[in-house]
Amino acid sequence: MGENPRMRLLRLRVNGDLHEVGAPDHWTLLEVLRYRLGLIGSKQGCDKGDCGACTVLQDGKPLLSCITLAALAEGHEVTTIEGLMPAHVARGGAGADPVQEAFDRCGALQCGFCQPGMMLSARALLNENPAPSRTEIRAALAGNLCRCTGYTQIVQAVELAIAEAAGVEPPRPAWSPDANPWKAAPPKTRPARTRSTRRAAEREEG
Amino acid sequence: MAARDLHGKGPPWKEGFRIIGKAHPKSDGIEKATGQAIYADDIALPGMLHAKILRSPHAHARIRSIDATRALSLEGVQAVITGKDLPIPYGVIPWTPDEHALALEKVRFVGDEVAAVAAVDEDTANAALKRIQVDYEPLEAFLDPWEALRTPAPQIHAEIRGKPVEGNISKHVDLSFGDVERGFAEADVVLEDDYFFHGTTHTPIEPHCAVAQVSADGVLTLWSSTQITHYVQRALARVLELPESRIRVIQPCLGGAFGGKSDPFALEFVVSKLAFLTGRPVKCLWTREEVFYAHRGRHPMHMHYKTGARKDGRITAVDARILIDGGAYSSFGLVTAYYAGQLLTGPYDFPAYRFDSTRVFTNKPPCGPKRGHGSVQPRFAFEVQLDEIAERLGLDPIELRRRNFQGQDTSTVNGQRITSNGFLACLAEVERASRWKERRGKLPHGRGLGVAGSMYISGTNYPVYPNDMPQAGVQLKVDRSGLVTVFTGGNDIGQGSNSVCRYIVAEELGLDPLDVRVVAADTDLCPVDLGAYSSRVTFMVGNATIDACRKLRRQIVAAVVEAWGVVPERVAMGHGEVYDREDPSHRIPSREAFHLAETRFDTLGATGSYNTPKLGGDYRGGTIGASPAYSFTAHVVEATVDVETGRITVANCWIAHDCGRALNPMLVAGQIEGSAYMGIAEALLEVHDVNRFGLHAGPSLLDYRIPTSVDTPELHALIVESLDPEGPYGAKEAGEGPLHPSIPAISNAVFDAVGIRLRHLPFTPAKVLAALREASARPPAPKVARAPAKERR
Repeated sequence: MGENPRMRLLRLRVNGDLHEVGAPDHWTLLEVLRYRLGLIGSKQGCDKGDCGACTVLQDGKPLLSCITLAALAEGHEVTTIEGLMPAHVARGGAGADPVQEAFDRCGALQCGFCQPGMMLSARALLNENPAPSRTEIRAALAGNLCRCTGYTQIVQAVELAIAEAAGVEPPRPAWSPDANPWKAAPPKTRPARTRSTRRAAEREEG
Repeated sequence: MAARDLHGKGPPWKEGFRIIGKAHPKSDGIEKATGQAIYADDIALPGMLHAKILRSPHAHARIRSIDATRALSLEGVQAVITGKDLPIPYGVIPWTPDEHALALEKVRFVGDEVAAVAAVDEDTANAALKRIQVDYEPLEAFLDPWEALRTPAPQIHAEIRGKPVEGNISKHVDLSFGDVERGFAEADVVLEDDYFFHGTTHTPIEPHCAVAQVSADGVLTLWSSTQITHYVQRALARVLELPESRIRVIQPCLGGAFGGKSDPFALEFVVSKLAFLTGRPVKCLWTREEVFYAHRGRHPMHMHYKTGARKDGRITAVDARILIDGGAYSSFGLVTAYYAGQLLTGPYDFPAYRFDSTRVFTNKPPCGPKRGHGSVQPRFAFEVQLDEIAERLGLDPIELRRRNFQGQDTSTVNGQRITSNGFLACLAEVERASRWKERRGKLPHGRGLGVAGSMYISGTNYPVYPNDMPQAGVQLKVDRSGLVTVFTGGNDIGQGSNSVCRYIVAEELGLDPLDVRVVAADTDLCPVDLGAYSSRVTFMVGNATIDACRKLRRQIVAAVVEAWGVVPERVAMGHGEVYDREDPSHRIPSREAFHLAETRFDTLGATGSYNTPKLGGDYRGGTIGASPAYSFTAHVVEATVDVETGRITVANCWIAHDCGRALNPMLVAGQIEGSAYMGIAEALLEVHDVNRFGLHAGPSLLDYRIPTSVDTPELHALIVESLDPEGPYGAKEAGEGPLHPSIPAISNAVFDAVGIRLRHLPFTPAKVLAALREASARPPAPKVARAPAKERR
C-alpha cells in the first residue's frame, strides 16, 4: 500500500458463507467482493451508482455495491449472481435459477455485462411479487442500464420466468408470428404457489 | 475464396434446416447468466500492477516539460512513462497514423493522454498522477468545426505520415454521379434545407480495460476489451517495435462495444510498455469518465441537402454538402468522410447524386465509428427531406418510398452492386403492423406516425490495410469424443458471432450444438479475422465456417462410404448421427464416423476462409462503401408530442429488417431491438458535447442519459428474409442497419402529430416548443389530407 490506508477486518456473509477478510476502510462492497473474495460476477460499470451493474441483494433487496462501504454490509445477508444457482439447487431445483435460465433462453444476454445486476433485480422483484405486470417489471429494472438489448428481451425473459412458474404460456415475441418459441419448454420443478399461480394465469388470459 | 465460388450461382440453400433459423440459446449464454464469464477486468495475475493515465486539462497546448520525479519517489510506484517512451505514432487506418499512446509535444483535447504510472494498486497510482508536473503552453483551441474550417492556424496536426495537413482539414471528398443539374431542371419540386446531427457516444456498460504480461523470453500477451484483436496486434508491433509473432492479443468476454472499441487505445500500449519496464503484469481499467473522453463516437454533422422530385414522386437528383466535426484525431475519419456520402444510394434509385463532405479536426474528444458508421446522420437528413417531398406532392410517405425503390440485382448510382433487396417487404410489414393506413394522419392532435427507410453494408470490400488474403479464416478441430472445436479470429462483442459459428457447424455436420465449442479472438490460436466492425463478422466468418465444414464433411462422408460400401449421396448427418438415407436403421453416432475418418485419412481438421469478390465503382474511393450484400430496413414510429411541455414520447416502434436469412431469429430480433433503442435515444435523450473550455458536458451515466427500461418504447422487431446469394445460408447484417431509420421516423411522426419539421438534433422540448410557436405564427403549409385536428387532451 503506497498511501497506507487504515485496514479493517470485515465479517461478511455472502451467498451463505461467512468470510473474514481484511480491506482498507474506504473499500466498497463491490471492491471486497471482486478483489478479496474473487466474486467477479458483480461488475463495475460506472463506480458512481448510476448504471446498476454492481447490483447485489442485501437481505433480499437490491443494493448498489459500488457505493456501499463494505463495512456497512456486516450483519447482513449478501447474495451475488454466483449465489443464485446454488440457492436454487439447495431448494431442490436443477441447474441455474429460473431467472438466469429465462434470460439465456430469451436472448437477453448479449454482452452480458449489465445482466448480473439486472437478474438480481429481477429475482428480488419476483420474490416480492410473483406476478408483476409489464409496467411493474420495467419499473423494477429501471435502476439497471442495459446498452445492448433495448430491454425487450429482458422483459420477455422475466415474463417467461413468471409464466413458467405459473404454468401458463408466455407472451409471444413479435419476431415469431407463427409459433411461440418458448411454448415447448421442459417443465421445471417449482414449489407450489396457489394464489400467485392463479393470479399470473388470470393475467395471461385477460 | 469468394462467396460465389463457395456457394455457386444463385441461392443454393436447402430448406429443412435443423438448427439454422431456430431460436437456440447462445454458446456463452449460460456462463454469462451465472456470472462465470470472464471479462478483461476479471483477470487478476500474480504480482499484477495497476496503471493510471494522466490526462490533459487543456483543449490545445504545447508540452514544455514533464517532471515525474516526485511521482517516482512515492512508495509503491514502479514506473512512470511519458510520450518519449512510446514515440511511434499509430492509427487504425494506416494512411493516417496521427495518435501517440502518450502525447509527444502537444495535447489536442481535454483528456488527451500525457503520462502513465504503474503502481501496486489504483489508489497509489492515482496519488502518483497528482505528483507529476507538466508545464503547458496553451494554444488557441477550436471547438467549432466552422471555425476550424475557416482558420488555417494554429494547426491541430501539422503533418500526418510525413504529409502536410491542409489547415485543419482531416479529409475532403467531392464525388458526383450522373447529371445533377439536369436532374434538378427536370424536377417538379426541389427542396433545400439545413440539418444538424449532434454528437453521441457508444457507452458500453463495460469500461475499456487491458492487461499485459511479458514472459521471460519476451513474448507479450495482452488481454483487451477490443473488437479488433488483429489490428491491435499490428499496432502494438509497430509502436513497441516488436515482431508480430512475439505478441499475443486475446479478447476476453466483451461488455459491449458498438464501435467504441474498434481503435487501438492508449491503455493497450501503456500496459504493454509498463509490463516490459517492470517485468510484472500490468492492468489498466478506465473510469467511466475516461470512457467518455476516449469517445470515437458519432460525428456531429452539419448537413445541407437539396433533393428534386417529379410530380409522381420519383427522385431526380440529390446534392449534399456535409461538414463533419472530427475531434482531435483521425481514427476512422477517412472512411467516415466517404461513408457520409457513399451509403445513401439505396434503397431508392436516383439518377444523379453529388456529395461534398469535409471532415475537420477540432480540439474535442476524437470521433470515430459508432453503430451505423458515417451513414446515420445523412440518413436522418435525407429521410426527413423525403417526407417533406411527399407532403408537398400530396403523396403518402410510404407510397413515395415505394415508387423510388431501386429493385434487386441492380447497381446504385455510385456503382455499388445490390444483390437481394427486401425493402418493399419491409415497408409492407411496418405498414401492416402499425395500421398505417387507418391511423396515419387520423390520430388526435399530438399523436402521429412517421416512416423512414435505410440500407447498410454487410461487411466491406475494403480491408483496413490493403492485402489480398482472406478477410476471415476459420479452423476446425475434431476430437475423438465427438466434439468439434471452431477456432476463429472473429470478435464476439455480444452480438453472438461465436454462437453463429456453433450453429453452422452443428447444422453442417449434424451435431448437437452443445458438441461444438468455439475458441475466438486469440491471435495465437485462431486464424485471422479482421474484427467486429462494418457488420462483417457473421457474414464473413459465417461463410468461412461453412467452407471449412464442407471440406471436413467430404472427408467424413468418404470414410463412411468406404466402410459401408454405399454411394456418397446416401450418407446423411443429423441429430448427432451419420445414417443411410435409404436405410435409416443403418446409423452410427457422429463420433464413430469421426473415428472412421481419422483412421482412413489422418488427424481430422479443416480450414475455411472468405474474401469478398472484387466490388465497387471505378473511381478513387469507389471501394469504400462497397459491400458483398446490403441490408434494408423500414421503421414506423408512433410518437406523442405534449404541446404544453414540448416533450416527445415514443410509444411504439415497428422495425422491419431485411437480414437475408435469420440464422437465429431471436438473436436477429435482439440486434434489431438494440439498434432501434439506441437510435431513439440519440434522437431524444443523448448529447455528447463539450463546454467552451473543451470539458465534457456530462461524462457520467447520470448526465449522459441513456434510456432505462421505463424510457424505452415497445419495440416490435419484424424479420424480413430475402435470402441473399452471397451470405451464409443467405444471411446479411442485422446489427447496424436497424438503427438508421429510428431518428428520421421520429421527426416524421412529430410532423404527423403536430405539423412541425424537426431538422436539428436532438429533439429537445425547447426546440419543439420553438417550432410550435413558429408554426402557429405563420399560415400552415399545404399538406396531405388530414382528419380535422382535435382539441388538446
